[in-house]
Amino acid sequence: MQPIESFEVPAPSKVNYINAQYGLKSWLLTKDHKRIALLYLGSITFFFFIGGIYALMIRLELLTPQGDLLQSTTYNKVFTQHGIIMIFFFLIPSIPATLGNFLIPMMIGAKDLAFPRINLLSWYIYMLGGIVTIYALLAGGVDTGWTFYTPFSTTFSNSYVVAAGLGIFINGFSSILTGLNFIVTIHTMRAPGMTWFRMPLFLWSHYATSLIMILGTPVIAITILLLAFERLSGVGIFNPALGGDPVLFQHLFWFYSHPAVYIMILPAMGVISELVANFSRKNIFGYSFVAFSSLAIAVFGFLVWGHHLFVASQSVYAGMIFSFLSFAVAIPSAIKVFNWTATLYKSSISYDTPMLYALGFIGLFTIGGMTGLFLASLAVDVHLSDTYFVVAHFHYIMVGGALMGYLGGLHYWWPKISGRMYPEGWGRFSALVIFVGFNLTFLPQFVAGYLGMPRRYHAYPPEFQVFNVLSTAGASILGFGMLIPAIYFVWSMRYGKHAEANPWHLPGLEWRTQSPPLTENFEVTPIVTWEAYEFAPPEETEVVGKFGPELERI
Amino acid sequence: MIESHATTQDVHGHPALQHHFENMEQQREAGTIGMWVFLVTELMFFGGMFLAYALYRSQFPAAFASASNHLDITLGAVNTAVLIVSSFTMALAVYFTQVGKLRPQIICLILTLVLGVTFLGIKAVEYHEKYTDRLIPGHLIPSAPFGPDAHALHLLPGATLPQVEMFYWIYFAMTGMHALHMIIGAGLLTFLIIYSIKGRFDPEYHGPVEIIGLYWHFVDIVWIFLFPLLYLLGRHFEHG
Amino acid sequence: MQGWLPLVPESASTFSWQVDALYFYLSGVTLFFVLLISAVLIFFTIRYRRRTPYEIPRPIAGSHKLETLWTVIPFVIAMTMFGWGARIYFEQYKPPQNAIEVYVVGKQWMWKLQHATGQREINELHVPVGRKIKLIMTSEDVVHDFFVPAFRTKADVVPGRYTTLWFEATKPGKYHLFCAEYCGMNHSGMIGSVYVMEPREFDNWLAGNTGSSTPAAAGQQLYQTLGCASCHGANGEGGRGPTLAGLFGRPTQLEGGQTITADEAYIRESILNPGAKIVAGFTPIMPTFQGQVTEDQLVQILAFIKSLPGGTRAQGAQGTASPGASPAASTPAASPASSPAGSPTGNVR
Repeated sequence: MQPIESFEVPAPSKVNYINAQYGLKSWLLTKDHKRIALLYLGSITFFFFIGGIYALMIRLELLTPQGDLLQSTTYNKVFTQHGIIMIFFFLIPSIPATLGNFLIPMMIGAKDLAFPRINLLSWYIYMLGGIVTIYALLAGGVDTGWTFYTPFSTTFSNSYVVAAGLGIFINGFSSILTGLNFIVTIHTMRAPGMTWFRMPLFLWSHYATSLIMILGTPVIAITILLLAFERLSGVGIFNPALGGDPVLFQHLFWFYSHPAVYIMILPAMGVISELVANFSRKNIFGYSFVAFSSLAIAVFGFLVWGHHLFVASQSVYAGMIFSFLSFAVAIPSAIKVFNWTATLYKSSISYDTPMLYALGFIGLFTIGGMTGLFLASLAVDVHLSDTYFVVAHFHYIMVGGALMGYLGGLHYWWPKISGRMYPEGWGRFSALVIFVGFNLTFLPQFVAGYLGMPRRYHAYPPEFQVFNVLSTAGASILGFGMLIPAIYFVWSMRYGKHAEANPWHLPGLEWRTQSPPLTENFEVTPIVTWEAYEFAPPEETEVVGKFGPELERI
Repeated sequence: MIESHATTQDVHGHPALQHHFENMEQQREAGTIGMWVFLVTELMFFGGMFLAYALYRSQFPAAFASASNHLDITLGAVNTAVLIVSSFTMALAVYFTQVGKLRPQIICLILTLVLGVTFLGIKAVEYHEKYTDRLIPGHLIPSAPFGPDAHALHLLPGATLPQVEMFYWIYFAMTGMHALHMIIGAGLLTFLIIYSIKGRFDPEYHGPVEIIGLYWHFVDIVWIFLFPLLYLLGRHFEHG
Repeated sequence: MQGWLPLVPESASTFSWQVDALYFYLSGVTLFFVLLISAVLIFFTIRYRRRTPYEIPRPIAGSHKLETLWTVIPFVIAMTMFGWGARIYFEQYKPPQNAIEVYVVGKQWMWKLQHATGQREINELHVPVGRKIKLIMTSEDVVHDFFVPAFRTKADVVPGRYTTLWFEATKPGKYHLFCAEYCGMNHSGMIGSVYVMEPREFDNWLAGNTGSSTPAAAGQQLYQTLGCASCHGANGEGGRGPTLAGLFGRPTQLEGGQTITADEAYIRESILNPGAKIVAGFTPIMPTFQGQVTEDQLVQILAFIKSLPGGTRAQGAQGTASPGASPAASTPAASPASSPAGSPTGNVR
């Protein structure tokens, strides 16, 4: 039993993982999971800005009903590349490769992941995939939509489909290796006493995410490979002229790409569990339900891909089965939302920036998740399929959900990662700006979608303009809001207040190291005798009161 | 044997112990679980192609049977035997490593490698046959586009050339991907042989041999599925 | 363009109000839960804000009762949504008998439509109000999607197969037609209008727009010129090949024991890939016509076969196309040059 009063943190030393070794080679050939996490942090931020510029171009074009800013072929490339970059090079790696890589060993009391060199290889593969994709963008771009539907992508598109596909293919291996690493680490390297049900929920959700990564990613790999070979060799299985089946491509594609959206959201849910528990100083209500719901989402997520094919000539009976399962997969997410909310009951909530992001997540994810029910519902999906309603739905989950989770987690663990605090006032301000900007961008798109505005339209009938103008206005605010953290995080690395080992005064294992941590995290492997989120001894069932000011010294 | 290691052991344990593991047991367990997880991903990878095969076989039964008949069943069967024996020698290599018999271990590893390369050689012969018969699909080889002699193929009623081309597309995709995995396996075996000769492995540290053995067995099993599905499809038509 | 509420499009089909009703139910439930969760969050965040720096609240582990409650209730609500949506969907995708048929061929970047009575349209569809209309659709090149927001219905058009869509229009007017599956450069330009007309107006329109032969008559010409008659008989009576008269819509037994329904897809497949399904008692000697017929021509041959007497779908209310009737004037080449069914264009990179 380790109540918060009696932490034992080693006296901070001047050496930490950042200054332990200097020189480019020590970073590019590192085996330290924390340094690799920083390498990823830099890369995904870079790709996020590229994807963001594409988003800006889309929203500027859509200010007016005519296609007057960009040529249609250019616009088609812009939205395709926005999707490819954001999904494969930002959202899928973001939390697992930065926060996951950094924190998983620390949260389980290990010195590193199971395979540190494979971890580094994973980053290099990611960079190689990114370079190939950037080559495709610079050489002329790709215009098939990030969904690469055949036969347009195999026989009609005159763009760099193979190159872009190759970039994504290579990147997939980065995902697979990361997932493999996490699974083996969580199975074999937990510190003595760290049972599965003493693990923070961040680990449960990353475990579930890793299961999806290893099972789903190989399928998109082979699908892209088949697509590329068909395009290059002039014969294949997706070409109707030969008796091939374009809808087969859609099945194979979505078999991965639907679970992929759970790869994007589960880690964020793990972050939210951490934020809600730690900033309300209370264990998560229904811990095991939240843990199992992550696994349930991973499993069910593989069974619903057909809801992307309701209007694609899939059989009516298959449609019914997929619709039923799509409703079923929503239930575990609902359970999480209720449990997070219940955690706040009779808790002690502080309004720090990470908590603001967590609260925003819960609200926005509820909207995003429930609008998903519209799309699971067969008859309504027939009307809404391929309209802006779908675009609004998935942006609520991916930006309102995953991105908020990422930003919240980044703020929360920033003192541990960098040894500095970010400026709290600016943090809260930018969280608010992002929240307002985000809703203004995507709420009108729900309405435009039901009114019938199709997606991927370069020009549109004038009656949709009012929604597009609101949306673009929101996007500018959102963009501005996201620039602020980019600036102050960088600023804080030099001028930010030095952070103590446990600036938030929390019981998690990662806070029992110095800030920033030593390369080997723990000098001595800890022995875990307490439950997750144990702020006070479990036998104290009454309102506990407070821990002493001696915590100030930690 | 224990003595010889006592002199090289430093304070932190076996020389092959990585710094982030507590002990060799944990390291071995991690490596084994890691390889199993990796093989699951390989299963999903090949699974997509098996799915395509199943779909198109059910759609074009006559063409698939005709095309399958045209594959060289003798070479295919020999290759199957070669791979099965190589899995046996691989298993023996793992066993000998576990009990510390260095010479038999190295011999078995070399035998496995030789058998693997034999497999690849026979495959190359088969591929060359397809090339001369103009059976390589589409214009993958620009100078030799798909265009076999329809009569020589003995097409069954209902089979068309485009459907036969579909079969060969799947044949090359699956056996090609398999051959790529064999080549990688051969490379891994080479590493194992070199390190074995240097004496890196012993009963306490043989994880790499075990897990590469797992990989080799998996590649073998994939072939055991490929062979009947691709080569033995329409045999009953020939004599029926 | 907007309906009775600025949030919904015009309602112009029998589906519209049904889908809207479900949509409002979904919106209501969503609004309820969003407001509930938001209100609770805001209330808790204020009521339980941290008051002293070092306080720790009492830990509460959980409650099986609550977990069950908020698992079962959402599940039940979800099932109502599922059931309601499935019911409407089943109706939407079950094309009715005795509907007026219109053939649709989508291609980059236009819609080509042909009524069973011969009238051709490009990017426009004229239909009478109050009648069931069935669209039989395919694509010449890539996947497109026929979407009419006012009717609340859409369906992909896929190269290599026929898909169907049906609706019954309830209100005269002009409504948007969009392509709703990304198809390349001019995807946003592949739009048009559906005109729903009172019955008399529609008859006038029909009368004023004849000029090309009906699809069935054009199909009969093709039937002769392509040599189908040599095995299937001049009037589809059969011979070396199976009988076609009375075939459409009927169950057909195949070699190997399987029985299938001779629908549009089966007929199309039998022309392009005859070896796939052999009728019981016949040998697989029919040659393939892959590459020799365009999608338009396939649709015409299909219309002809459907018109042969004895099938479940003889030409309906509009019908004039009976076998033997000589078609008016020209060959069916009124549309812009189309490439043979399914052949690829474009560079490869």
